[in-house]
Amino acid sequence: MNAMTKLRVSMFVLALTAAGQALAQANLEINTPAIAGLQASMQQRHSQLAGLYASGAVGLTRDGNVALRDANAVPLAQRQQVNSLVAAENQDRAALYREVARANGKPEWENDIRATFAQRWIQKAQPGWYYQNTSGVWVRM
Amino acid sequence: MQSKLAALFIALGCTLTLVSCVTINIYFPAAAAEKAADRIIDEVWQLKKGDQPAAPK
Repeated sequence: MNAMTKLRVSMFVLALTAAGQALAQANLEINTPAIAGLQASMQQRHSQLAGLYASGAVGLTRDGNVALRDANAVPLAQRQQVNSLVAAENQDRAALYREVARANGKPEWENDIRATFAQRWIQKAQPGWYYQNTSGVWVRM
Repeated sequence: MQSKLAALFIALGCTLTLVSCVTINIYFPAAAAEKAADRIIDEVWQLKKGDQPAAPK
């Protein structure tokens, strides 16, 4: 093999490596039973949370959670229930971020996944809902 | 002379390949993560493509 052939072989190996890298980035694995279960649980809870987002009682935090934003928007009798709802939602969200990272064999991505979700939840929020901006201030959509 | 050059190219190729592998391990695929997040959020919030009014950004 002369130098030129070796150069070509090297280039080929490099191209293959680059292609493999591009493929690895194309999609994240999210089709696991754990993720599907969390998705279903959160989807069901959303029917109760939607009204609380709309009234401004609950808002989307900048760290990918939900939080009780305005307790006065909730009748006293229901506050405990709303607190439990928020806690349960945040528990599912934490599990979701962890599971997505784990499903892709990269548990260390959990915080990056959370940050990505935090942005996307806010991006997809409905008009009238509240979210925290990067300084932590509540903003109305 | 030629074999020296060849050895140099092989060394270069190996180094780059190695660096690429390390890059794969530490690189967070932000675009793929966004797509995955969108798919999950659409499901949780029951957002179907098309029937949501364009949100002003």
